[in-house]
Amino acid sequence: MLNLLGGWGLQALTRLGRAHLLLLPLFRGLTEILRRPSLLVDQLYSVGVLTLLIIGVAGLFVGMVLALQGYNVLSRFGGDTALGFMVAASLVRELGPVLTALLFAGRAGSALTAEIGLMKATEQLSGLEMMAVNPECRVLAPRFFAGLLAVPLLAALFSCLGVLGGWMVGGGLLGVDQAAFWNGMQDGIDFNDDIINGVIKSLVFGFVCTWIAIFQGYDCVPTSEGVSRATTRTVVHSSLAVLGLDFVLTALMFG
Amino acid sequence: MEQSPADNREEPLVRIRGLRFRRGERWIFDGLDIDIPRGGITAIMGPSGTGKTTLLKLIGGQLAPDDGTIEVDGRDVHALSTTGLYRLRMRMGMLFQSGALLTDLSVFDNVAFPLREHTRLTESMIRKLVLLKLEAVGLRGARDLMPAELSGGMARRVALARAIALDPTMIMYDEPFAGQDPISKGVLVQLIRQLNDAADLTSVLVSHDVAEILQIADRVYVISGGRVIESGSPTELAESGGEWTRQFIHGLPDGPVPFHYPAPLLADDLLQGAVC
Repeated sequence: MLNLLGGWGLQALTRLGRAHLLLLPLFRGLTEILRRPSLLVDQLYSVGVLTLLIIGVAGLFVGMVLALQGYNVLSRFGGDTALGFMVAASLVRELGPVLTALLFAGRAGSALTAEIGLMKATEQLSGLEMMAVNPECRVLAPRFFAGLLAVPLLAALFSCLGVLGGWMVGGGLLGVDQAAFWNGMQDGIDFNDDIINGVIKSLVFGFVCTWIAIFQGYDCVPTSEGVSRATTRTVVHSSLAVLGLDFVLTALMFG
Repeated sequence: MEQSPADNREEPLVRIRGLRFRRGERWIFDGLDIDIPRGGITAIMGPSGTGKTTLLKLIGGQLAPDDGTIEVDGRDVHALSTTGLYRLRMRMGMLFQSGALLTDLSVFDNVAFPLREHTRLTESMIRKLVLLKLEAVGLRGARDLMPAELSGGMARRVALARAIALDPTMIMYDEPFAGQDPISKGVLVQLIRQLNDAADLTSVLVSHDVAEILQIADRVYVISGGRVIESGSPTELAESGGEWTRQFIHGLPDGPVPFHYPAPLLADDLLQGAVC
């Protein structure tokens, strides 16, 4: 039993070490991206633009639910004018970055892992190496930086659409005073404390989710079963990492 | 192209000495010595699992040996820096068993890929070169197709056009005939010979397709158990008295490679567990 646990621990540490070693060529690939920005633009489309729909729809509904629930609680204490602030603060500080990262891991992260894993299984990465093209710089780095940039942008969109959803329900359905809704939001939200901290969170989540997705794809066993397991691991590890890191970051920022 | 340190035509292009390589506890190569002469087609044959593909990966520097050396054009592949290795690979083409075409690029873009990566040629020049390479493999008309729309044989021909895009010194073929119909096999045999002779290439083929190999190879190495069992011209091998080579060349079901996987005697096995 002890042997098994030790073996498992060693295996996990080795993988963690390999994942960290991968960061070096990923950052080295930045020079290739600066030389040919089109590589990044193509990947921004794949991981960012194609994720817009799920982020937009989710943001809208989350904002609407927040308004409904928030109104329920706030109206009991006559504080329904603070609905705008409550919706915006919840979205910008927490739900925007966290839910965007979770959705990103499910939609784009799993796709990244599967794509890279299949490229490995079908010898495309080996083929690149034999064509004297470094796959880490040419294939992995553009995807990594695209994910890193896409998540904060998607989180901003999520929060904006969430606020819109909250306003539609609060101002339209529940009859909350519209001026109070927007003024409360304007007065309550602080640029540094709320918005910048939210951006920092989504940057960290973007880094972690994309790193996990790329590593899992690159390190997978090159068989159909291996790719399938790697894709599952991407979603599980990313989700747990986002939730864990969210606690740490929130404690540091607002604790 | 960079000046070669070993320009002597008599010197082998690839020299493998005392190669040892293992996966886990199993030695794939245990003291392998091979010379691949310039300008010819050298075939490396052996049954499945003998490490033929691994050997190509070792020559290309994708794997590192546990012991021994591999020199390509006078350079020790595994002593080169990353930049040196990549420079050497630009002079090597490799045809993978699966073709390894980039699935998100069209046939044209796949062949243009190495040219766009490694040269500063204009798009119009790249277009001309790509069309010439595709013409050489008979697929100029398929330039707008995507890899998913190609048959297995066509995919390998496109991969071959891509492998010769940078006019390499050497091409390595990994099981080029595996899973091909007789027409595709015939086309590939003809292409490999023609390309080798027309561009004065050195070709290295790993395969277990005996008929095709004996048809085009200038020299054949038969490997098994991590060592070279026999080598020579196709005629010499076809007439070989060696038991192992005879079994392999003529496809005999039993011989030094037994038909039966090691097991206890059948009678003992059947009687075990019998109820009186």
